[in-house]
Amino acid sequence: MLIPVRSLAGALVGLCLALPAFAESAINVAAPFEIQSAEPSTTGHIFTRMGIAETLVDADPQGRLLPGLATEWAVSDDGLTWHFILREAVSFHDGSAMTPEAVVNALEIARAKPGPLAGLPIVAITPEAGAVVITLTEPRAALPAYLAESRSQILAPAAYGADGQGLAVIGTGPYRVTALTPPLSMRATEFADYWGDAPHVPDVTYTAVSRAETRALMAESGDADFVFNLDPATVTRLSRSDALQVHSVAIPRVLLLKVNAAHPFLEDADARRALSLAIDRAGLAQAVLRYPEGADQLFPPAIGAWHNRALEPLAHDPEAARVMLENLGWAAGSDGILTRDGQRFALSLTTYPDRPELPLVAAVLEQQFRAVGIELAINSTNSSEIPAGHQAGTLELGLIARNLALIPDPIGTVLSDYAPGGDWGAMGWQNAEIVALAQSLARGEGDDKDRARISAILQDELPVIPIAWYQQTLAVRAGLEGAVIDPWERNFGLAGLRFAE
Amino acid sequence: MNILLSRLVQAATVAVLVGAATFAMMRNLPGDAAWRIAAGRYGYDNVNAAAAEAVRSELGLGGHWFPAFLQWMGNLFRLDFGVSLVSGQPVIHEIAHQLGASLWLALAAVGLSLLIGPPLGIIAGLRPGGLFDRALLVVSTALKAVPQFLMALILILLLSVQLGWLPAAGYGQPRHFILPALALALGLAAVNARITRDAMASVAAQPFYAFAQWKGLSRTQVLWRHGLRNVSVPLLTYLGLQFVLLVEGVVVIESIVGWPGIGHALVHAVFARDVPMVQGTALLLGLGFVLVNALIDLLAARIDPRGVQ
Repeated sequence: MLIPVRSLAGALVGLCLALPAFAESAINVAAPFEIQSAEPSTTGHIFTRMGIAETLVDADPQGRLLPGLATEWAVSDDGLTWHFILREAVSFHDGSAMTPEAVVNALEIARAKPGPLAGLPIVAITPEAGAVVITLTEPRAALPAYLAESRSQILAPAAYGADGQGLAVIGTGPYRVTALTPPLSMRATEFADYWGDAPHVPDVTYTAVSRAETRALMAESGDADFVFNLDPATVTRLSRSDALQVHSVAIPRVLLLKVNAAHPFLEDADARRALSLAIDRAGLAQAVLRYPEGADQLFPPAIGAWHNRALEPLAHDPEAARVMLENLGWAAGSDGILTRDGQRFALSLTTYPDRPELPLVAAVLEQQFRAVGIELAINSTNSSEIPAGHQAGTLELGLIARNLALIPDPIGTVLSDYAPGGDWGAMGWQNAEIVALAQSLARGEGDDKDRARISAILQDELPVIPIAWYQQTLAVRAGLEGAVIDPWERNFGLAGLRFAE
Repeated sequence: MNILLSRLVQAATVAVLVGAATFAMMRNLPGDAAWRIAAGRYGYDNVNAAAAEAVRSELGLGGHWFPAFLQWMGNLFRLDFGVSLVSGQPVIHEIAHQLGASLWLALAAVGLSLLIGPPLGIIAGLRPGGLFDRALLVVSTALKAVPQFLMALILILLLSVQLGWLPAAGYGQPRHFILPALALALGLAAVNARITRDAMASVAAQPFYAFAQWKGLSRTQVLWRHGLRNVSVPLLTYLGLQFVLLVEGVVVIESIVGWPGIGHALVHAVFARDVPMVQGTALLLGLGFVLVNALIDLLAARIDPRGVQ
């Protein structure tokens, strides 16, 4: 009887040893983004992040553009005709070849939907032998960066319905979808005919978990190996765990106050400067976001030439703010709130709870503004109230988290937000010099001095008031190696991850 | 038959009322629907005037409410719930997936609560005022007083993070059910146990119960033959009421454990102004309520035929 027991025990031990190995054939990802459908214009960012769909152009963490599905590109001397040479022998997940016609089809469908391509001065996208030609009416030097955006992803013709709606995710990436279950989950497995290096881990799963607390708990309990976007409060706690590695990296996203510069209280640049002086950025960043410091200008240091080191940093000085407001004719009333010509300095601050830190920051700002005599009424609502209020001219202040790199080149956001203004940028404020500089940069003229100049004008005039630069955070199970955060928020880099031996 | 007929009439009334009410509410929500839908589709980074305009022209929003109302009621009677404005998928398809997920969770929770609550209630009810009865009162009051989201977080911390027995969140495998079902079931069981305890105590105090014992039946025989059947009627009736509590709990629990259910879908649809999804979901929940009550009526009539002519 001893032998069977022993062999049974041996089998059990073997099973226990085998089990973790079996479990490690998959990386379980948990992230806040919900899957809406197979439609790339709404859910495409998840497909590119998961390594399922790819774009013609890629970007490295520094924002340098790299070959993707296009191996090289060139522009004519007049800047109007772009040739993108396609990578050879690339096949889609359904086995069909990535032909120039298929690429043109995907780009034309993307261009007809809302997104960055829709705003470009494109006349035609035509196929050529082994290449795609894009013709513009005016030069756009950042065109390759626009093609690196997730909604410019290249899917097979069979992925789209007759009306261009995405029906299935048939991409070219290292992983192919095996089950897409909106709104919360997706499974994918290694694509055998991938053109590049095969992924180290053959299977990946994606779970959308909107609550940051739950994602953190999934990381702690080991239910997820790769947990994207942690709330500031949990980062400290998870960092202490031996079972997890917490990564965080500065990303080109900034917490800022969008100001209606056409509002009678805010039209004077000194009023906006006073608002800026009233904000204790360091205190706010440490208490709410758990970052060591706040933003002292719009563009974070990681964003290269746009960050202007020569600028006088935005400071906290409530006394100076009070003096400035006094010089504008404001005087404190009996309740401490400033008044001018019988009007109280009361403003509404619109924000949205999609990012949980925003309403918290709004509450702190209310206190800090009250200290200099400005009354805020916080309206935490749907995110669309910011652009809708911009269009209607009714927005007064908006607290937003703006992605400065919707495409991996800040010129895209500068053009849409500040030249001259935009739904998520300057409101009731125009600056001819910025418009001229941005347009010349967009054409491919101009240099880093122009970028620094744009930052300097924004710093001086404050059409938006920067508060903090974001950091992206990621918790990865210890033993899963090779994790890097893409600051451009394009890719999780799952294909490069491997479980330690 | 009467029960079924009256329930059918009730179902039709509920359909019309819920249909009209959701229509009126969704039309009168503040804010521009095109903007809200665009935010739901493209997210806060990409919602802008161009996206809202594209949504407006694609969906033909605006126009007078009356033709839209007639069309909605007409589609309703043909059981055509339309297409989700956010995902572009047929609403019935989405609801089937999500209602299914919620239904299984709800059934698991009710099943679990019936395993926990009534047996404890019977033990307590057989000795009203005893030590066990008093202890159960304290425990069930405490459990009922814990909000469901807190219960879920406590269970996750205890069972997933500390002990590592169950997954903290997720969906798709049987083991994913246990934690959210338990979080819901503990609250339900707390009340189940009280209802059963009171019913048991009152049945046990009846003369027929004492008589059954005098005629020589053992305590267990009395309980099985004369106790359980009488206790089950109020319990069953209460289960029908619990359906409402359950829907409420499911909405909360689903968002915590990442469960792709109807509560989650409804919340998102309301935020994104996905009118067909809201209307379809509300309607099916209303009809589900009627269905559950009809089933309970039928079951109760079988268990206790005295009231039925």
